[in-house]
Amino acid sequence: MNGVHDLGGMHGMGPIEAEKNEPVFHEPWQGRAYAVTRAMGAWGKWNLDASRFQRELIPPADYFRMSYYERWIVGLVELMLKTGLVTSAELASGQPDPASAKQTPPLTPAKVQVLVSKGIPASRDVSVAARFHPGQHVRARNMNPVSHTRLPRYTRGKTGTIARDHGVFVFPDTNALFLGEKPQHVYSVRFAARELWGDQAAPQDSVYVDLWDDYLEPA
Amino acid sequence: MTTTRRDFLAAAVTAAGAAVTPDLAHAQEPHHDHDHDHQVVPSDPALRVKALESLLVEKGLVDRAALDALIDTYEHKVGPRNGARVVARAWADPAYKQRLLTTADVAIAELGYGGLQGEHMVVVENTAKVHNLVVCTLCSCYPWPVLGLPPVWYKSAPYRSRSVIDPRGVLREFGLDLANDVEVRVWDSTAELRYLVLPERPAGTEKMSEAELAGLVTRDSMVGVAKITAQAQGVQA
Repeated sequence: MNGVHDLGGMHGMGPIEAEKNEPVFHEPWQGRAYAVTRAMGAWGKWNLDASRFQRELIPPADYFRMSYYERWIVGLVELMLKTGLVTSAELASGQPDPASAKQTPPLTPAKVQVLVSKGIPASRDVSVAARFHPGQHVRARNMNPVSHTRLPRYTRGKTGTIARDHGVFVFPDTNALFLGEKPQHVYSVRFAARELWGDQAAPQDSVYVDLWDDYLEPA
Repeated sequence: MTTTRRDFLAAAVTAAGAAVTPDLAHAQEPHHDHDHDHQVVPSDPALRVKALESLLVEKGLVDRAALDALIDTYEHKVGPRNGARVVARAWADPAYKQRLLTTADVAIAELGYGGLQGEHMVVVENTAKVHNLVVCTLCSCYPWPVLGLPPVWYKSAPYRSRSVIDPRGVLREFGLDLANDVEVRVWDSTAELRYLVLPERPAGTEKMSEAELAGLVTRDSMVGVAKITAQAQGVQA
């Protein structure tokens, strides 16, 4: 979707405010928000792409007003409601539905270590033909899906060169909608800065963007 | 204002509903009588998150000890010291550096690092003539196993918006003025590849041990917004 999250190339966002010796979490609730979100993900009711899409749906004014972990919580609540893990009545009362049986959390302390050290690979060990090869000239498709995509607006219609084939990965556009993983090749595509931004950019500079087969066409 | 757990959970529903699903917002009509009716973002996320956590624990959906373990991991165990050790090893061992630049996952795993949000790693090398800068314009992708969770500035709109269109201006904002003949390569983390910059080894460090070298490496240098000097502070904590 052409959402507020797709920020590459925008102006007017103000100075970068880098804090010295910044803590991992500025306040304890941020750590709790982070951990609750990860722990609820362990139910397997949604995936990484669906959770990103949920946060992208936050309207622009709210997106900028909210802090980072507030967005996480808003996205989490919505996903829990959609998948039936909690009901709006439970959220309103703060109490479990008396008719619901108490469940067993999938993410135990022992499994945290496994989650952290193994991760959740998005690569897929399946044989899928690559449509492009390193060195080939490609164009990022001019497409404007209303749902989740990882093709940034600033690359659409622009021409670049395949720098590297990363292998086969889950396709976010279908995965976010629970329409299947549609595994396909992801490439590092080099775009000359001048192709993206015109003469204001330095001639030797470039932006490398990781793009899926379905985002590209021969140029 | 006295607020109950019930109020804050109601606010959470309203926030999610109003922000995302009009139907849900309507379903919450009774709560529109509250004095914080117009507040899409409730004023106290701390209480809201606490109430949410309590509900999820009572339902048996989350284990509080698991939450504690997750927080402890990223506050105390996984952070930029890991990346600093990777960089120092690459500086000290040319064969390791070669493995790091060609098969980053394998090389990083040799030092015991890897996993969540670093399942697929790419390492890019800074030289006198090439400067690399890492960003995620779409969200906040960052190589957790080697750098920990990202700082606020990395996740912020100013950095995400300008890094791709004006990387040299962004670097100047961080105090790094690159010469015109240096090539800048920006890496936008749009897929599940996670990027680590291998900074240039500073002059005058030839006699340093690997541990001493690791002490010079800063988080910012591994994102690409800084260079390292022999006097650098290195990674805290």
